[in-house]
Amino acid sequence: MSTVAIELTDINKYFGNVCANKDVSLKVESGTIHGIIGENGAGKSTLMSILYGFYQADSGAIAVQEKSTEIRSAHDAIAAGIGMVHQHFMLVDTFTVLENVVLGTETGFSLQESMQKTERELQRLEKDYHLEVDINAVINTLPVGLQQRVEILKALYRGADILILDEPTGVLTPQEADHLFRILNELREQGKTVILITHKLREIMAITDNVSVMRQGEMVAHRKTSETDREELAELMVGRKVLMQVDKAPAKPGSPMLTVKHLDYIDDFGVRRVKDVSFEVHCGEIVGIAGVSGNGQSELMEVITGIKPFQKGQIQISGQTITSTVRADAATMRRFGMAHVPEDRQRRGLVTSFSANENIILGYHKNPSYNNFIEMDRDFIIQSCKKQMEHFDVRPDNPHLRASLFSGGNQQKLVVAREFERDPALLVVGQPTRGVDIGAIEFIHRQIIAMRDAGKAVLLVSVELDEILSLSDRILVMFDGQIMGEILAKDADEREIGLLMAGVRKEAA
Amino acid sequence: MWTDVLLILDATLRISVPFVLAAMGGIFAERSGVIDFGLEGKMLGGAFVAATVAHLTQSAWWGLLGSIGIGIIFSMIHGYASVSKRGNQVVSCVAINIFAMGLTVVLANAWFHMGGKTPQLPKEARFMSIELPFAEEFRNIPIIGEIYYELISGHNALVYIAFIAVPITAWVVFKSSFGLRLRATGENPLAVDTTGISVNKTRYQALILNGILGGMSGAYLSTAHLAFFVKDMSAGKGYIALAAMIVGKWRPYPAMFACLLFSFLFAIKDKPEIFDLLKGIIPVKLLNSFLDMSPYILTIIFLAGFVGKAVAPKAIGQPFSKEK
Repeated sequence: MSTVAIELTDINKYFGNVCANKDVSLKVESGTIHGIIGENGAGKSTLMSILYGFYQADSGAIAVQEKSTEIRSAHDAIAAGIGMVHQHFMLVDTFTVLENVVLGTETGFSLQESMQKTERELQRLEKDYHLEVDINAVINTLPVGLQQRVEILKALYRGADILILDEPTGVLTPQEADHLFRILNELREQGKTVILITHKLREIMAITDNVSVMRQGEMVAHRKTSETDREELAELMVGRKVLMQVDKAPAKPGSPMLTVKHLDYIDDFGVRRVKDVSFEVHCGEIVGIAGVSGNGQSELMEVITGIKPFQKGQIQISGQTITSTVRADAATMRRFGMAHVPEDRQRRGLVTSFSANENIILGYHKNPSYNNFIEMDRDFIIQSCKKQMEHFDVRPDNPHLRASLFSGGNQQKLVVAREFERDPALLVVGQPTRGVDIGAIEFIHRQIIAMRDAGKAVLLVSVELDEILSLSDRILVMFDGQIMGEILAKDADEREIGLLMAGVRKEAA
Repeated sequence: MWTDVLLILDATLRISVPFVLAAMGGIFAERSGVIDFGLEGKMLGGAFVAATVAHLTQSAWWGLLGSIGIGIIFSMIHGYASVSKRGNQVVSCVAINIFAMGLTVVLANAWFHMGGKTPQLPKEARFMSIELPFAEEFRNIPIIGEIYYELISGHNALVYIAFIAVPITAWVVFKSSFGLRLRATGENPLAVDTTGISVNKTRYQALILNGILGGMSGAYLSTAHLAFFVKDMSAGKGYIALAAMIVGKWRPYPAMFACLLFSFLFAIKDKPEIFDLLKGIIPVKLLNSFLDMSPYILTIIFLAGFVGKAVAPKAIGQPFSKEK
């Protein structure tokens, strides 16, 4: 156990003037699972990209298996026995599992020989590590859990002794994540070294031997996992005490604000994305929609907010009925009292090349208070933008700054400021804290609860189960376009929700 | 009637050669993720250089080599602009097409003073028909012999090269190691990069093959089909090849059949008997125009869903860069 698989010494990396890694040092013992935790933008991914040869460090040294090693490309990393499972899988969708594994290792002009050799080797690896997968299946027909397995096989086939996993559970159900952890344990038992990058404390506590914490590009602490706890790690990540639990009073639901009945949505490719979905959201409550991403939540939001027309069913909002023939577009929905924080702030929420003050009136730009007789009232817009930015703690609070120059968390606060300030009756919120730092998460969560306490109806869609659990009063679980079940938050159990997320109904379980 | 059918099919083959060669070239480029609207320019450039070199050397084969050279030069310009410098691929292609259109005429005028034409090539400097063995002997055997004599035998070398290029392309794209990298590069270049293969190198290799085939398609026009180069000789054939490639969903055999179908329509147009037959139904003027535009109409019909969705390589048109 005493040998060191990876040693990084004083790594520095700058992108322009931005410092991504500052004097970072790290020691990973071989045969262990080593966690690297930190907020988004703390520099974890950059550090691993340097180790995998995707970027070159400006200064610093890398030693692999106690030998000083230069890694200039992915090729060098592979040769040094390092494999990486990227957050976004590096697979060719239209290729089979076998073709994906062969890619990059093929020798000779004809493929056949390489294919046969790889096939034999894969069968052995699958058996050794319990990584069963149909090698002739085309990638885009496989669920994400299996695609990830292919990535692991790919790395092992290339002779990786050190496996880096970048946010591997982001796309998995809790059960799939557990399965992944069993695989990682298996790998450790067979003497492989695993580096796990994550921002989820739960995973660090569940599986790692050692953990290193990064904050703002610097390595701030190394701990043995058994000698630390969630609270300490969270504090190290953020640099101050963090409230792990969101305080909230019990909900006082009022009359229904949004009623969805037998909603069906078929997309442009003829795929039925939303299947017979019915639910209600009452004033003064938060209804959370949980589910693994890609199970129809995004489409459901787009339909409810009027972005996409639907084919069957009806939506009632503040006494107005919308059907497949009586349609309402996004602007009309807003007039009915709906505010919308879109899932993808950069695509739907902001025009990133516009300034903050232009972004803060998007969708409400026809509001009389923003307009003079002919031209817009610039001074008023800038003033009110400044006020909203202060109110929602957007940093820096400069109304003239381009939206793209704000950090993820502050971009999101800008969107939240725009939507929440409108005093809507119904709030539809998608992935409110995706790619947002912990400080901002806390703030946004408090704002959402404040809206509920002010008697607004809130529909929250999130793939972060923790977020759903801590904010919602009622939880709906979506799988394959359907609502699999409804659970009151106070008796919610993660395992039960996990099964629903995987499409297993209560009766069948 | 039977002979007429054979003659039309024979003409179909001859007409289809530049389409087939260019379409195979297009498959290499586009499978690697590089759009190639520039087939038209490569064909035109290839036609001009082949005619000029063949005139100077009095050898069709040297002409062919010249056309391959210009094809590669054009595809390397395209590669430099769109792969190395990450420029817009469509703009780069359009530039090559316009460049070829102007340059060929200017040079032809400057060198030969024949209004943009190159001198007529003698028989020795052209690709002439090759009589396959036993063609005469088999000629009188019904059907099989006739097909052998009329359809299979008696074409010039480039016709045979074009139709051999199809299975070779199919093998390289789907059965070779290079093909695996090629297809992966067009679908997900980032994945290719993380396995340690150079995306740009693969794209350049694909473009070399693309230039070779694109240039050769031009040589056929000026040294096999005709015996000289004239202004705008390619007349949109590069675009038809591109359409055939898309209808064939970027696969060699289906693309070849699309080329043959389009050529069949052109062959009918050149056949007075058929023409007379149809003339009673459709006015002559209209008929001509209809047959001219039929490949494009067919392409639209096909792409509208009659042969299923044509899904392009996912990363097509995207220059590769590690930074987002």
